[in-house]
Amino acid sequence: MNRPKTIAEKILSQKSGVDAYAGQIVEAEVDYVMVNDVTGPIAFREFEKLGMEAERDRIVLIPDHYVPNKDIASAEQAKEMRDFARRHDIRNYFEVGRTGVCHQLMIDEGFAAPGRLIIGADSHTCTYGGLGAFSTGVGSTEAAAAFATGRLWFKVPESIKVELHGAFRPHVGGKDLIIRIITDIGVDGATYKAFEFCGPGVANVPVADRLTIANMAIEAGGKAGIFPCDHLTVEHIKDTVKGDYQPVSADDGAEYCQVLRYDLSQLEPMVAFPHLPENGRLVKDADVVIDQAWLGSCTNGRIEDMRIAAAVIKGRQVHPGVRFLVVPASPRVFRQMLEEGLMQVFMDAGAYISGPTCGACLGGHMGILAKGERCVSSTNRNFIGRMGHKESEVYLAGPAVVAASAVAGRIVRPEDL
Amino acid sequence: MDKIRGKVWRFGDHVDTDQIIPAERLVAENLGCMDRFIFEKVRPELAGAIGDGDIILAGKNFGCGSSREHAPRSLIQAGVSCIVAESFARIFFRNSLNVGLLLVECKVDAAEGDELEVDVSGGEVRNLSSHKTFQFPPYPEFIRDLVAKGGLMAKIKEEQR
Ligand code: SF4
Repeated sequence: MNRPKTIAEKILSQKSGVDAYAGQIVEAEVDYVMVNDVTGPIAFREFEKLGMEAERDRIVLIPDHYVPNKDIASAEQAKEMRDFARRHDIRNYFEVGRTGVCHQLMIDEGFAAPGRLIIGADSHTCTYGGLGAFSTGVGSTEAAAAFATGRLWFKVPESIKVELHGAFRPHVGGKDLIIRIITDIGVDGATYKAFEFCGPGVANVPVADRLTIANMAIEAGGKAGIFPCDHLTVEHIKDTVKGDYQPVSADDGAEYCQVLRYDLSQLEPMVAFPHLPENGRLVKDADVVIDQAWLGSCTNGRIEDMRIAAAVIKGRQVHPGVRFLVVPASPRVFRQMLEEGLMQVFMDAGAYISGPTCGACLGGHMGILAKGERCVSSTNRNFIGRMGHKESEVYLAGPAVVAASAVAGRIVRPEDL
Repeated sequence: MDKIRGKVWRFGDHVDTDQIIPAERLVAENLGCMDRFIFEKVRPELAGAIGDGDIILAGKNFGCGSSREHAPRSLIQAGVSCIVAESFARIFFRNSLNVGLLLVECKVDAAEGDELEVDVSGGEVRNLSSHKTFQFPPYPEFIRDLVAKGGLMAKIKEEQR
């Protein structure tokens, strides 16, 4: 009889055809392999050296980091992706106008779905765990290998069980929970491991928040952060998902290397201080004057985040000492903002709104920080110089705190306004 | 490549890939000269000072953050022969195997400038300056095989034949 399995063990067993448990190395078939404009060029060059046929239907090419082209070098790089797509007749290439932050696009375009095994040459590929997929970041060379073979090797990870109870209070969400978790276990607390979320509280966590939480699994060193698939998941993807999918749930009695428990109703708004995501503190204890507030990214650039921020800022004004940049993560989010009148709300408040791009999240363009400047950001990394000058500072928080801080000119909770 | 000798450059915990090579340098144009930008924001003097065969010695979680393969590639270009750290972030670990950067997971006591000898098959790091030795366990078989074949692409090419 088979021993009970975690979700990670089950998906990797199914995709490899091997009865696999934590610690084993398996070669598994991937459903999709995604690269972006930064990691793509190395993958293309490596792939061409093989002289093999491309597994074209599994390949997804998404320019997002430096598009619309920031400068000549990034223009050349984006062109390399476009040329590769043409040369190998890859349908899943998204041109500017239809493209957005790669992980949000993977969801909007229906590639990410429960039970799938997806790799991406971008560390935040773990985001789709929010939908019940096993997805993880790989390097460019590994992506190139999967372009050719549709397969890759994986060490089946041990799983950390995260049991959720209760429900979030107003203005508290997935970002606050994941900053809490990373602060508790450290930025290497889950290295080589997968988080598996479970418990009665899961039903109270909206899918957008699950995606935020899964997105930042990597910030604790995690290989994946996986939620079970429930009716909320099905509802979230029903209009967009491509093809069939098979939800996978954990077996009773599966083995976990660690168990964490959180009561969502006890959480308060969190902010991670520079220069590590593990430096979480309560927003109410923070006393930080800011120069910029940035709302967007694969962590919190979804329509749900935009709605939360708009509700906070509606009828208020961005502080005169602050630039508030609002960057929807995908064209779909952008369109929904238009339809719901959120553009109007942000513009009335004095925010700057741009089209979808990674932009300043990685210090690319559209909002780089000068020496000594501070930014409260809905993104996932606050490393040294992440958004600009090495002496600038990034503070990570959820959409409600980012919007409230844009108004106050300091890092605050919405209830402090 | 069994024994490696080099001078130590000392780093702490959680050296992220943004520190190793900043995002704004990640354009295809730079692929041939990434060595110029290593540790640009944290130790800008290093790019010019690091010598061929030198060893980076770090604490926990080396290479955390972004999946950019530019990180191990730029270190190889700069001449780094090996990284010895208490632990590595997983994507960096995989990337390094594939591009041929040797990683050794071992807690080693050494100061900047010390001379280290890494004995890969013997599973030992020797500090030639202080005469202390440190042991590390071998890689699992699958990974040893991958490294021996020359990384993932070489392995695929071989299987194709
Ligand atoms: S939004 Fe930021 S974290 Fe997400 S893929 Fe883009 S650069 Fe990376």
